Amino acid sequence: MSDLKFEDCLARLEQIVGALEAGNLPLEDSLKVFEEGVALARQCSRYLDDAERRIEILAKDETGATTTRPFAWQGQGEDEP
Amino acid sequence: MSERAVLTVSELSAQLRAVLEDRFPAVWVEGEISNFKVYTSGHAYFTLKDETAQLRCVLFRNRTRRIRFEPADGLHVLAFGSVEVYAQRGEYQLVVELLEPRGLGALQLAFEQLKERLQREGLFEAGRKRPLPRFPKKIGIVTSPSGAALRDILRVIGRRFGEIHIVIAPAKVQGEGAAQEVAQAVRELNGLGGVDVIIVGRGGGSLEDLWAFNDEMLARTIAASKIPVISAVGHEVDFTIADFVADLRAPTPSAAAELVVREKQAVADSVSDLGRRLAAAMERRLSRERERLEAVRRRRVLTDARRPLRDLERRVDDATARLRRAIATAVRQAAHRVELAARSLRAQSPVARTLADRRRLTELSSRLDRGLVRDLDRARHRLGGAAARLDSLSPLAVLARGYSLTRLPSGEIVRSARQVAVGDDVSVLLSEGSLGCRVTATKEHDERPQV
Repeated sequence: MSDLKFEDCLARLEQIVGALEAGNLPLEDSLKVFEEGVALARQCSRYLDDAERRIEILAKDETGATTTRPFAWQGQGEDEP
Repeated sequence: MSERAVLTVSELSAQLRAVLEDRFPAVWVEGEISNFKVYTSGHAYFTLKDETAQLRCVLFRNRTRRIRFEPADGLHVLAFGSVEVYAQRGEYQLVVELLEPRGLGALQLAFEQLKERLQREGLFEAGRKRPLPRFPKKIGIVTSPSGAALRDILRVIGRRFGEIHIVIAPAKVQGEGAAQEVAQAVRELNGLGGVDVIIVGRGGGSLEDLWAFNDEMLARTIAASKIPVISAVGHEVDFTIADFVADLRAPTPSAAAELVVREKQAVADSVSDLGRRLAAAMERRLSRERERLEAVRRRRVLTDARRPLRDLERRVDDATARLRRAIATAVRQAAHRVELAARSLRAQSPVARTLADRRRLTELSSRLDRGLVRDLDRARHRLGGAAARLDSLSPLAVLARGYSLTRLPSGEIVRSARQVAVGDDVSVLLSEGSLGCRVTATKEHDERPQV
């Protein structure tokens, strides 16, 4: 999913919640959009979480090309002076 | 006539050169720059002047590098150099070794000059600034791998939003060649692909320490970056050229990190909030429908209309079943409240009052019973006493003491001898049994002492 599509999803979800909260949809439609809303909320959350935690640092390989290698960082460590 | 000493132009020039260059091998001159011009050779020519005089100056290319600011017309400067004679043109000039601005420090002046120039070019325009990605997945950081800035950035991003990919492009952030390394790092991150935003930063320092970030070449590299750049140099008050040209300026590296993940965090919060509101709205809706449905069911006149409602009923039933678990607790609590209410209600009902009355009646009657028994006992006691007294008065008791009772056949008790004549039959009642007797004699008086 792209950012753009995510924005669409979020906008649609907001719209659905607004409509349900207003409460003037026929019941059939309410159930339909409710189910759509649940799916959208799940999709949005998944999109936001869809990145892995990784810290890398740029380095040169033997040929001089730029590569990345893992960067060790002691997040909880004390500051050096 | 004495021989006139005639010098050729060259000879005079040579002598003047010797005198001037010997006399002024190294001087400081103060004046205002005018007619500043850089030739294609790289040498710069200008005139230093004050109110009444002018001095031609030359700044050779190999000297320009040592000058931190840009010489320009109108600048008041101190020039250091040697006086030379330029014989071909019959001119003398100052060969400038050093140039310092008067008033502002050289660095400050250079900063102002570069800032003004880039501003004129439009590099700082708000319209050029790209928006930050709302949900960055891959963040590039240009800084020293051992610096406090990196530590601050990683700490904030880790705290706010762990799920993010970070690429560090190491660069020297101060000293010789720092600007070049930072610019190179920005270019490498651009070439890496997939980087959503770049933070260029270092901790605060003196104007000299931050100088790399006032480099024109770096400014142009940042402006040319395809990826949005956040500058995070120094603390609060220190502005650099990089700050002006970046898409966003953060006062500190930590603040830059917060800017990067703030939006993502906010959106993640709003997504979960929307999810909650969605469920709540549907619950409200379903319970409303259920109430409506119940109302319809109760209205018997609508029997015919019930058929199309059947599907609807099922949907509502299904949905309600899903919600039932959620409200189970609420129902339990409500039931408890109902129980409490019922208890207090019962206490005030007529039934309750009747019960109370009955209880009271029972109590009263038992009290009554107890009273009766007591009265009876008392009566019995009194009766006992009365009977005993009665007993002592009874004629039978008199008879028991040996007296007897004489009665006529009519039952009349004989109290006087005159009541009978000789030959009459009388009966004598004893304590035990009786006697039938015939009178053989009567005496009106006997010898008994009179009481």
